[in-house]
Amino acid sequence: MLWYVARRILYSIPILIGVTLFTFLLFFVSVTPQQMARHNLSARNPKPAQIKAWVKQHGYDKPKVVQFVDYTKSLFTFQFGKSDATGQDISDRLRHGILPSTELGVIMFTASLITNVFFAVYFAYYRGTYVDNWGRLLCVVVMSITTPVFIIAGQYIFGIILKLWPIAGYHIGMTSWKFVFLPALIGVISGFGGSVRLYRTFILEEINQDYVRTARAKGVPEGRTLFLHVLKNAAIPFITSIVLSIPFLITGSLLYESFFGIPGIGNITVEAVQGQDFATIRAVTFFYTILYVIGAIMTDIAYAAADPRIRLE
Amino acid sequence: MTMILSDIIPIAIVGLFLFVIIRAGREPLWEEAYRRLGSNRQTMAAIVVMSLFIAIGILDSITVSVSNSGKPQTIVDVMFRGIPQERTYSEPMGTVTVGEPHPHELKHKHIFGTDGVGRDVFYNMLKGCRTAIIIGCLTQLIAMPVALVLGMLAGYFGKLTDDLIQYAYTVLDSIPGVLLLIVIITVLSLKGQERGLLQICTALGVTSWVQLCRLVRGETLKHRDRDYVRAARALGVSHGRILLRHILPNLLPILIITATLGVSGNIISETILTYLGVGVPPDIGSWGNMIDSARMELARQPVIWWNFSVASLAVLILVLCINIFGDALRDAVDPRLRS
Repeated sequence: MLWYVARRILYSIPILIGVTLFTFLLFFVSVTPQQMARHNLSARNPKPAQIKAWVKQHGYDKPKVVQFVDYTKSLFTFQFGKSDATGQDISDRLRHGILPSTELGVIMFTASLITNVFFAVYFAYYRGTYVDNWGRLLCVVVMSITTPVFIIAGQYIFGIILKLWPIAGYHIGMTSWKFVFLPALIGVISGFGGSVRLYRTFILEEINQDYVRTARAKGVPEGRTLFLHVLKNAAIPFITSIVLSIPFLITGSLLYESFFGIPGIGNITVEAVQGQDFATIRAVTFFYTILYVIGAIMTDIAYAAADPRIRLE
Repeated sequence: MTMILSDIIPIAIVGLFLFVIIRAGREPLWEEAYRRLGSNRQTMAAIVVMSLFIAIGILDSITVSVSNSGKPQTIVDVMFRGIPQERTYSEPMGTVTVGEPHPHELKHKHIFGTDGVGRDVFYNMLKGCRTAIIIGCLTQLIAMPVALVLGMLAGYFGKLTDDLIQYAYTVLDSIPGVLLLIVIITVLSLKGQERGLLQICTALGVTSWVQLCRLVRGETLKHRDRDYVRAARALGVSHGRILLRHILPNLLPILIITATLGVSGNIISETILTYLGVGVPPDIGSWGNMIDSARMELARQPVIWWNFSVASLAVLILVLCINIFGDALRDAVDPRLRS
């Protein structure tokens, strides 16, 4: 198992280098340093000499290979440098953003998973009846509504009309749940459709197997059969789809954090996009990619744990 | 020139799709599938509504005259010529403006009210159809050929070709989708290109070909070792011919279904991108822009709810119909894939 994990981690290094190369090509090769300089100096209506100085100051006049090595080195050592817009240290900002982001992400993820699995089992159990039919229709409808609509409507209903939770903001400490609850609730609702529909099919694949009939015949309670026996056997597709949902979690963090004023990494990203702060965008892209790659490694480990045959491949 | 191009693109897209549908109808598999689709009332309703949206998009793509200010006028513009612009917000079917200290009498009735600068909300909603259709379909047209060629090469030849292509899409896939979109759109804007529909479609195409490619590769891999392919190879048929004449037709059903369902994903992505500030520019009417402007409107007193509701409903209805249609198509073409 340890060997498997080590090998899996080694595999991800070329991927990270590939991502670095790709962003390098986009930001340093497809865009000329002059265009970059003009953009950053645009407010001051730059003269050719100023542009030259800017290019030299930021090291864009060096050969591309040297630039790439420098760029890679700075990313892999987490020395992201200073923000183009505000001049703040990017690593420092990211460090402050981790806690709120993690809090929101973990709560939203766990709550969604529990809700979705529960409803999937429920619909699968009542398959073919009106509960299932209406449930599936509900799923398609929820899938067809975009997240901004959920956010705006949710904030309006729960925040402005019912006044249950604060609309936006964040407080580090014990009271932070109040600020995270509403975005998490809206996140659960907006992610409901697609996942429930998918999980339902996984469970349907298993629910007619012989071992389920055996369990029922020997008198295992229905809940135990469904949630223990069936879920365990449907583990592999579940793991896959849960990992596939990680990017949506990141999308979510961008939307929810910026809209609910939670000072996490998603919020930093949106601010960077709106302020055209390329240094921060590059740093955040790399940061999220690492998160994603770690997620992928963990999936494969989970696969190996769920099905020992995978390790031998 | 750009005017003609912007007219031709949506018409060409819809024409191409119609051509595919009619051409596919000659195949026995699809003929059977169409018959099954026709017997399902829910699906037929979805198709009718979809066609309505598409028809509006087409009408909005035919320029018939030029306004006094030199802007091209499409058929939809001409149809709304009689409806004047008001001063500011007004309620659906209202008679006076809203949000002014002294409400003014409206010049005309507006079925869904007016927005902040007094434009008819119903008209704005109709203008969004064309944007949604272009973003939904053009993206697929950019992504599909790339995904198809690379996926088939990777699946069929295996070895080094497979490794390289797999590496390329794994790298792209490791960057979370929204960020990749943001990065590509900002870089395109850095290069001095104005942010427009084509840039957004390109960015969406770059991010969405990966899934299609993975699917095509997997399917090709499955077909490569089937008896019919081996037989063709034993007869000395060239690789190109095997791929085009033998494997490709077997991939088409699943590809068309996935692409159809992808259209609805693209329409949703447009609203998210616009909301994040890298989407359709405000001068092009889009549902994303309408939803985005609602952030402020719902917090006002009195509440401006109609702009938000109309745009959300438009997205909901179109995406829902595409989803229902895609699901029904999948069930009709291959009952084994039934969800």
